[in-house]
Amino acid sequence: MPVSTEDFTFLADFVRDRSAISIGPGKEYLVESRLMPVAREVGLDDLAALVGELRRPFPNPAVKEKVIEAMTTNETSFFRDHSPFDALRTKVVPDVLELKATTRKLRIWSAASSTGQELYSIAMLLDSQFPQLSTWDVTLHGTDLSNEVLAKARSGRFSALEVNRGLPAPLLVKYFKREGADYVISDIIKQKATFERINLAEVWPIMPVFDVVFCRNVLIYFELDVRRQILEKIRKNLTPGGYLFLGSSESTVGLVDGFTAVRVDNTVVYRKEA
Amino acid sequence: MKALVVDDSRAMRMVLRRIVSEIGFEVVEAADGQQALDKLDEGVPDVALVDWNMPVMDGLSFVTAARSRSDARRMTIMMVTTESEHGQIVRALAAGAHEYLIKPFTADALVDKLRFLGLVPNEEAVAW
Repeated sequence: MPVSTEDFTFLADFVRDRSAISIGPGKEYLVESRLMPVAREVGLDDLAALVGELRRPFPNPAVKEKVIEAMTTNETSFFRDHSPFDALRTKVVPDVLELKATTRKLRIWSAASSTGQELYSIAMLLDSQFPQLSTWDVTLHGTDLSNEVLAKARSGRFSALEVNRGLPAPLLVKYFKREGADYVISDIIKQKATFERINLAEVWPIMPVFDVVFCRNVLIYFELDVRRQILEKIRKNLTPGGYLFLGSSESTVGLVDGFTAVRVDNTVVYRKEA
Repeated sequence: MKALVVDDSRAMRMVLRRIVSEIGFEVVEAADGQQALDKLDEGVPDVALVDWNMPVMDGLSFVTAARSRSDARRMTIMMVTTESEHGQIVRALAAGAHEYLIKPFTADALVDKLRFLGLVPNEEAVAW
């Protein structure tokens, strides 16, 4: 459920008074995406309940701390967490290249793409590390709940603060051009990526079968039965032998059958059984 | 691990010192490129965090000079500067810098880049 205007104002004031970080109008998506996992983590149903806790005369200090931390750190970054991208480069893409050698079609889905850093990271990795894909039919698809973040993702425009986050300087130089104070991703990368609005918890539009799905740090938004449904739908939209990336605290275990956990150095990926 | 912080701003040196100290670095400071070269004679650090615009010797000249020294070949260099034009980043990388952080920056962004360079152990837990 979207954050109400009143709760948004309260949260913006709460964070500003305690961290000096200003959350201006139009940043509702930021509050929702950062604080829903906090609400779930502390056993609350939604943001309204979280605000209710913070409004109490003596709110739980641990909850206050988690809210501040979530709003001031852990922002979306390029190559977030690094090791999943190492796994993509060393194991997943080589496997899929073999798996799809006949059709020469590669389909990758970033299921909670936010402002696009994950999908663009994948695109840069493929372009720089797998030149043989230039003759393949490659689809890179990003989806998110928020039209605001999708518009930003489509623009491919990032501030200096954003390109500082996780983007190696050689890739900044290779794939971005400066426009005013911002950095805009090059057409060669941007034209490979498409973005579409999807609410993972609702009915999905018809989508292609993907070879690799990134669905990291998003299941935590949902109740257990919804997580189960989403994972089942992802499984159906994944090619046999294809791979699913989840967040480091997430797993398919106990939620959906048909995946085998594969450890690749510091990360675990879930391979759909053939 | 040891970090050499090179910046003519004392305030910026303090900010950088605080961030990298917190993740376990021993810190040495220099206020310009020449001082930084002198510090190398006392022991080559694992990483140098280098501003661009400084008196006496600027950051780019320091990178070039440091890269010509055989004893500093393994030192990682990250520019930390307000200079953010595409061509400047290209020049710094060509001179031998490994990374580039644009001011202003967050502590997370700096730590993230150090981690990417293998200079901070990846502490993230892995679900299994």
